[in-house]
Amino acid sequence: MSQRLIVGPFNRVEGDLEVQLDIADGRVTQARVNATMYRGFEQMLAGRAPLDALVIVPRICGICSVSQSVAAARAIADASGVTVPPNGVHTINLMLACENLADHLSHFYLFFMPDFTRPVYAPRPWFAEANRRFAALAGEHARAAVAARQRWFEIMGTLGGKWPHTLSIQPGGSARAVEAAERIRLLAKVREFRAFLETTTFGAQLEEIAALDSEAALQRWHAADPMRGDLRLFLTLAADLGLQTLGRGPGRTLSFGAYRQPDGSHALADGVWSESLGRVQPVDTGAIREDATHAWLAGDAALHPSEGLTAPMLDKPGGYTWNKAPRLSGEVVETGAIARQLASGQPLIRDAVARCGANVYTRVLARLVELARVLPMTEQWLTALSPREPFFHADRLPADADGVGLTEAARGALGHWVSVRHGRIERYQIVAPTSWNFSPRDAAGTPGALEAALEGAPVQPGEDTPVAVQHIVRSFDPCMVCTVH
Amino acid sequence: MNVLWLQSGGCGGCSMSLLCADTADFPAMLKSGGIELLWHPSLSLASGRELITLLEDCRDGRTRLDVLCVEGSLLRGPNGTGHFHMLAGTGLPMIDWVRALAAAATHVVAVGSCAAWGGITATGPNVTDACGLQYDGDRPGGLLGADFMAHGGLPVINVAGCPTHPGWVVDTLMALAAKLFAADDLDPLNRPRFYADQLVHHGCTRNEYYEFKASAEKPSDLGCMMENMGCKGTQAHADCNTRLWNGEGSCTRGGYACISCTEPGFQDPGHAFHQTPKLAGIPIGLPTDMPKAWFVALASLSKSATPRRVKSNATADHVVVAPAVRKTRLK
Repeated sequence: MSQRLIVGPFNRVEGDLEVQLDIADGRVTQARVNATMYRGFEQMLAGRAPLDALVIVPRICGICSVSQSVAAARAIADASGVTVPPNGVHTINLMLACENLADHLSHFYLFFMPDFTRPVYAPRPWFAEANRRFAALAGEHARAAVAARQRWFEIMGTLGGKWPHTLSIQPGGSARAVEAAERIRLLAKVREFRAFLETTTFGAQLEEIAALDSEAALQRWHAADPMRGDLRLFLTLAADLGLQTLGRGPGRTLSFGAYRQPDGSHALADGVWSESLGRVQPVDTGAIREDATHAWLAGDAALHPSEGLTAPMLDKPGGYTWNKAPRLSGEVVETGAIARQLASGQPLIRDAVARCGANVYTRVLARLVELARVLPMTEQWLTALSPREPFFHADRLPADADGVGLTEAARGALGHWVSVRHGRIERYQIVAPTSWNFSPRDAAGTPGALEAALEGAPVQPGEDTPVAVQHIVRSFDPCMVCTVH
Repeated sequence: MNVLWLQSGGCGGCSMSLLCADTADFPAMLKSGGIELLWHPSLSLASGRELITLLEDCRDGRTRLDVLCVEGSLLRGPNGTGHFHMLAGTGLPMIDWVRALAAAATHVVAVGSCAAWGGITATGPNVTDACGLQYDGDRPGGLLGADFMAHGGLPVINVAGCPTHPGWVVDTLMALAAKLFAADDLDPLNRPRFYADQLVHHGCTRNEYYEFKASAEKPSDLGCMMENMGCKGTQAHADCNTRLWNGEGSCTRGGYACISCTEPGFQDPGHAFHQTPKLAGIPIGLPTDMPKAWFVALASLSKSATPRRVKSNATADHVVVAPAVRKTRLK
């Protein structure tokens, strides 16, 4: 028996989301993903003074705000040719890491884990413990995580004035120099967050987690104390529920590289990981195209973002979402923490993905491993600051220039493409992480990453908002407001 | 007090900011303040059908709706259809849901400048025909109309800001829960006076530079940002420099200008955000309540009297000249 189910509103994703499911014999056979809201940021930016982008783009998204700022600042810096002094590089990386790690924390404790407290799981042996830790607005660890997040974001208060929507991130660096005494206080805040992660999230030192180099090592670590720390509890329930069988990705992941260093390298390397080849290939941003065939947007040709077009067209035949379909060399890719961990060669994530691919289990695992890997980096960057050396270089943007700004948001690869003519923005195009992950079908009819990942998902009799579908959707940590922008 | 929180044409940043409220236990703080979150997009378990049932129950009076919080602007386009945001799973425009729920609510709170005035979403060509709940920019009206009055006897409470300070939202909700919020607690733009009766300038750490018109010339400079950098802190209504953000932050402390994000129309200032518009070398936007002639006279006097220390530090990113140490008891 086949049926069609419209699922939404989804919450605990940033923004509004609807998923249309065709179901037969208790499985999803086809899915269509609808990003239901359009605001038109690319249209807003056209005609503005270029630096106005620094005010406007963070407001695309309240959860990826710093990431949007960084992409815009880099696009304008690319257009002007300004270089950022090392202090500016480090402080911007600190702000980016502050947001990205907080987002990983919010995803795990507030967005993803509460679904395991649903009554459908009441018979499972781990249920009572999951409920105690993760129940929405009540779980002890979730509440502690919100408190830890609040303290952690005080780093943004100092470096960025506030979060979200800072303006301290400029093309030439940071508008906020750090004094030596402030660095000491910031280091104390990092250590405070480290203590939360080591006590509550991992029940282990971060370095021990980051050093896990295979699934066998992970399993030994897990078996030693299966309920200690929230990562182990997640592993317990993931194994029990077979989360590695849910939400298989497209087999290709994209990272633009995270935390660019003063020498131009990335702390987490860029690259396209191919599951079938088992290796990383370089990123060719020239091979990106956005296809609006199934979006309520004008234009049928797949365009590179430097030539992109965004114009609403509500009566577009075949349209079912406001999101375009980005493709890399014509192919669907997945992006996010898992892509960063694969591209940067983290052995545990490579081993797990080699065994079972990108799926609900490996996506969440990659985020937690990233938390453990990046927090120690923030300590190094703070130590590397040279107070009294410059944090900012002044720049002069030509009246006519083009620029590209690439970065990694918590949710994955984010790119801004800007064209300036006669001193004003002529064109501004944004390709956000969830634009990739939650893309609609392209002209060839190939479904996007989530659409394909939902195929085969189990639907229990009587379910109107299937719990397996919720796990798969949330495993991507979607940001719908970024998706369409 | 039952609170329902919906998001539409915004970024969700006011919710993210709310979670930065200064408390050791966020849910406990709400609970102890008598606030029951019926549903919040980032915090609640209910999804899909469970949520639609709740919305229907609130709309139809089966569940008491004490406060409707709306975050994000209201997207009326295209052509008044509201189709730029259809609430997922319902086949209905979000503006229809908001109208129906506002009619059922005792109080309606616009969380953030998008929900209050239209905000960033309404900037430039405003292709989505975005507006606020009861304002369209600085004109009363918006989605619900200038005459809208919630059952509780108040118009839409405009907790404006981009984003809102968590304290503004929490204080408003707690005052409503305690029945300690009345019409005269609102300023002429229906913003809570507890934060809107102050200026961002109050408590600004750059005040000595302001006094002497020792001005920043580029980002990272320590000087006052009013003369060159587009800062509207002397005009903008908010307590940002006395009620700090994320610990010890504020825009001016973060190294950048106040863009007056609590004011209607801030998104279209008519000049580049990072530059102060001037006429004959004098900023067009003068400090609130200050006559122009006085400002010009004081500015020229104070500029000529600027100590070397203040002048040198104003264009540096750290203190290059420390205050003199005097070896006598200070008088």
